[in-house]
Amino acid sequence: MEDIQLLEAVERYIRGEMKPDERVYFEQLRKSDPEVDQLVVEHTLFIHQMNEVGELRKFRSTLNEIHTDLAEKGSINSDGLKGKAKIVYLWKRYRRVATIAATIAGITTLTISLLVWSVTPKVPEDEFTKLSRDLKDQQKITAKLSENINIVANKVNNSIAKTEPPAINYKTGGTGFIIDTKGYLVTNAHVIEGAKNIAVEGTNGKEFKAVVVYTDKKNDLAILKIKDEAFKASGQIPYSISKLSAELAAPIFTLGYPRNDIVYGEGYKSSKTGFHNDTSSYQIQISANSGNSGSPILNKNGEVIGVLNGRQANAEGIAFAIHAKYIHSAIEEMKKKDTTYIRIKMPVVSNIKNADREQQVKKIEDFIFMVKVN
Amino acid sequence: MSPDTKEKELLKGLALGDKKAVETIYKDNYNMVQSLVINNNGSAQEAKDIFQEAMIVLLEKARSGNFELNCQIKTYVYSVCRRIWLKKLQQYSRYSNEIENMVGAVPVDEDVEEYEKRDEEFVMMEKAIGSLGEPCKSLIEAFYIQKRNMQDIASQFGYTNADNAKNQKYKCLMRLKKLFFAQYKNGK
Repeated sequence: MEDIQLLEAVERYIRGEMKPDERVYFEQLRKSDPEVDQLVVEHTLFIHQMNEVGELRKFRSTLNEIHTDLAEKGSINSDGLKGKAKIVYLWKRYRRVATIAATIAGITTLTISLLVWSVTPKVPEDEFTKLSRDLKDQQKITAKLSENINIVANKVNNSIAKTEPPAINYKTGGTGFIIDTKGYLVTNAHVIEGAKNIAVEGTNGKEFKAVVVYTDKKNDLAILKIKDEAFKASGQIPYSISKLSAELAAPIFTLGYPRNDIVYGEGYKSSKTGFHNDTSSYQIQISANSGNSGSPILNKNGEVIGVLNGRQANAEGIAFAIHAKYIHSAIEEMKKKDTTYIRIKMPVVSNIKNADREQQVKKIEDFIFMVKVN
Repeated sequence: MSPDTKEKELLKGLALGDKKAVETIYKDNYNMVQSLVINNNGSAQEAKDIFQEAMIVLLEKARSGNFELNCQIKTYVYSVCRRIWLKKLQQYSRYSNEIENMVGAVPVDEDVEEYEKRDEEFVMMEKAIGSLGEPCKSLIEAFYIQKRNMQDIASQFGYTNADNAKNQKYKCLMRLKKLFFAQYKNGK
């Protein structure tokens, strides 16, 4: 029986829609096939959860309706405190927040003006843009802060700024990909430059702390290690890290995090050399955006042949990738320097060679991580 | 009607989804909870959230059928709100004096804990549904939550026939179950 039909049967069974003889047959099947039995158990739980969610949603909206109704009729005092008492209360509540917000706003303003000052006099000589991404728009932060201050100053909003656990605010980000299932990743050196804290986040949204174990500034490469016991690679790495380069015009594709969701892009190798005839990298035609830094460049066989590190600022679609052989050199250097790295083993054979692209991407995406830095 | 019978009727109505009953309970108890929260370092918005959580706890209790009326609804709601609010205050590490207890308050720790456990599962499912994306989200909600039939859904979502819609729904369902059970198993 096909899966979809089996599931339909299971749903009818759970809902009690089966005819008696069909039901007997199905129960026989359930007894003889543990997989079917497992499916029934699991799906019953799932359907139960869905029903509960549905009912809860309905009840919540009823409650909200009633609340608005009663408040309008004046049957409940939903406005809470009024007049002077409210101001005193709000001031008590927000005094600390106000001080902190004002301080941060001050610092931010200073920093921004300093930044503007330091940036403006320079002639824009560099047309090469590194593609690390600002995770939070500076202006947005300022806007939000002044909004906060307004709230406090006007004492109008009585909703509560919930104090969250001390979270690290990651400011910039890029992409990294796993080269060893023990938790080693490759990204660009410029992504993690000056980093105090680094975290990586996979497609499932789980975040892990990571540290830099090696940087090669000349080739703009960095090796990170995930320092989190909760991390477990999802199986075998599907791609390999190639020592060879691709031919001109070879089709390539990439996966990276220019947004908070993983983004797929494809293109081709457009030149044998990189920016200003740099031989350690090469030019590719692909749409790349901030946050793509550190994305793997793969050929059609699912072999990593490069690491995306930047684009030409004034031209659309022109990007650059560092040869993947430098990843091998980096790992060799690491092994020479420190014997703890002797056990790093990069995948040498791609096991997605003959798969179609959707399948390749599906397998690869679990091994591509967003690198977040502050 | 004696006050006791009236309360029994209200709980029965609540369990059966009678809006009138919900409204009466709401009206009779909300102000009390609001002053509890506001007098203890909270806001009106927080009072509303806490009260509605307590309403869900009460609903569960009424549905389970073994809610023995050994106390008034008012006392029960107050006790649940007080318990939840104390927990929240601790979470926010917001300073508060020990909230004075009402005379005759009942122990509700178990009920609140059970509610929190179930709420966690709801959040998991809502999160999983939320991360499905469209059209999967609407398709799944139409079938499993609004419980509409496939024919109906197919025409609304512009599928040529129910079989196509069914195939699409199956794919969405597989993704949703994967998302949900991944969290569920981690949570357990």
